[in-house]
Amino acid sequence: MKKVLDLTQMKQKEKGTVIAVAGGPGLKKRLETLSIRKGAEIAKVSAQVMRGPIIVQVVNTQVAIGFGIAKKIMVEVEKESNVERSAVSS
Amino acid sequence: MKKILLLGNPNVGKSVIFTRLTGTYVVASNYPGTTVEFTKGYIKLKGEKVEVIDVPGIYSLEPGTSAEEVAVGMLKEGDLVINVVDATKLERSLNLTLQLLKQNVPVVIALNLWDEAGHCGIIIDVAKLEKILGVPVVPTCALTGEGMRNLVLRLKEAKANTYLKSDQERWTEIGKIIHQVQKVTHRHHTFSEKLGDASIRPVTGIFIAGLVLFISFQVIRFVGESLIKYFFEPVFNIFWTPLMLKLSLILNPGSFIHKILIGELFKGEINYTASFGLLTTGLFVPLAMVLPYIFAFYLVLSFMEDSGYLPRLSILVDNIMHTVGLHGLAVVPMFLGLGCNVPGVLATRILEEKRERFIALTLMAIAIPCMAQIALIVGLIGKYGTFGLGVVFGTLFIVWLVLGLLLNLILKGESPEIFVEIPPYRWPYLSVLLKKLGLRTADFILHGVPWVLFGVFLANILYVFKVIKFVGQIASPVITGFFGLPKETVAALMMGFLRKDIAVGMLLPLNLTMHQLIVASVVLAMYFPCLATFTMMIRELGVKDTIKSVFIMLVTVLIVGTALNLILNRSP
Repeated sequence: MKKVLDLTQMKQKEKGTVIAVAGGPGLKKRLETLSIRKGAEIAKVSAQVMRGPIIVQVVNTQVAIGFGIAKKIMVEVEKESNVERSAVSS
Repeated sequence: MKKILLLGNPNVGKSVIFTRLTGTYVVASNYPGTTVEFTKGYIKLKGEKVEVIDVPGIYSLEPGTSAEEVAVGMLKEGDLVINVVDATKLERSLNLTLQLLKQNVPVVIALNLWDEAGHCGIIIDVAKLEKILGVPVVPTCALTGEGMRNLVLRLKEAKANTYLKSDQERWTEIGKIIHQVQKVTHRHHTFSEKLGDASIRPVTGIFIAGLVLFISFQVIRFVGESLIKYFFEPVFNIFWTPLMLKLSLILNPGSFIHKILIGELFKGEINYTASFGLLTTGLFVPLAMVLPYIFAFYLVLSFMEDSGYLPRLSILVDNIMHTVGLHGLAVVPMFLGLGCNVPGVLATRILEEKRERFIALTLMAIAIPCMAQIALIVGLIGKYGTFGLGVVFGTLFIVWLVLGLLLNLILKGESPEIFVEIPPYRWPYLSVLLKKLGLRTADFILHGVPWVLFGVFLANILYVFKVIKFVGQIASPVITGFFGLPKETVAALMMGFLRKDIAVGMLLPLNLTMHQLIVASVVLAMYFPCLATFTMMIRELGVKDTIKSVFIMLVTVLIVGTALNLILNRSP
């Protein structure tokens, strides 16, 4: 079971693969410079309250992404039960 | 002259390598975007003088941001490129590297942060990488200087045009290269990573931020006060005062030269804060009142910069910053501005858009007092207890927030969103930190102190020729009528155009009430930036926007100064 979420909908410590960036070529290129591109493995580290920035881990870099940009990054995450287990083990 | 360019992603250590190569010190920190200007230095290669240029960090040569366009332009001038690569982030760095290898300029790769890659369990096959890329790859650790000799030795092997595959294949190609040369061994989360995560989670993050700011404040106070009490004041009182009293006898109190050098004597004694001579107040204010706090502030700031805390703080305050039309990263220029507005103005270049930079600069010029000014305000009002200080800095903070909200509403456009890499926590490297601290302190002594002396000199001249009295008459409706201050305060306001610390110092002999001191301090902080900051603002904003910004300043200070005067005088 897999589902598609945007970055803001993901839970803390959830992992997934970027499947699309719903934005123009400028945004795509900007995200690409920090390795956020289609096919990249991404994990959510934390989110700030009140639509604050989302922090993700891509490869071995942490990146802070504004809420509006994060909404445009679509991620395919593995089904819930797996997530919970990996969250506990990590 | 031949030119060597240092090119690479932000925060990979280009500036540290630059300092190692040329001996010319440039400020380096642990956050992306420390270098916003080109810095030039020189080295000798086989007896030939070669120019080395430290270029601000870029992620790509495909023109996206203005910084990238400038860097691409620089490429045409370079005779050789040292591509600085973060060994812990090889995959991402290769994006720029592969683009560089298609340019018509010879490249050498410095694989920096080599030691950290080792600690992270990342193993890179350097020989294989060199073979694939076709250019020399030299592992370096710029902080300790490891590998730098080797880097210089291998500059002559640099090659151009070694990689010619099309741009579409670039990421697949990078994937292949990584697969061949890099191994990552598993390891457990380190303490610094756990701390790193805790400081960007909402609840723990705010708690940590509060703790960090509280400790910073206490350290600045403790270090500053101790230096004054146990070093500078005794030095002045024990060694300098007798000397000055002797000089006073020689010069004959009452003479013009005595007035300029020693100033006024009070019952035959020198009063360092009120005498107002070049050799008394002119030296005491910058050295014994301001310097200790400058030193203490930059000690703490350098620690925050090098540890990597600033970008984390910027995430926590991102929401607040959005309400004033900025995003989180704007805390960096604001913090630098608390030390001195000049580097603060320069640091606004890390903000992407013109609107943001206008707001940031205007807010800084109005509501962020520099450390020199803060030190004097603390010295002036602090003796009446903390209430006055609370009112002064509380007012400035409210002005910062309200004015920011208004500017964000009025100016067209939206605040762009934050998108920034968070560097790992690093334990600051002591020798580098001390060097930075020494340089910033020396900068105050070399550039700040002469201005203070000039200001004291000028103020005396203006007094002697009664210029101040004349201007005081003209300005008294505003100064007395609106702000409730005696017209002699005009001297301080005039000096404030030149230098803020000495301007606040000029309030000392006026015997103002505490309410008047509060109003005067706030007005002095807000009404106009000092000359050095003003010059920088024109450079960064252009004349038109600077005039706009100054207009906002004048209107704000009239409203706030008058309101503060009314409120304070109504309450008992």
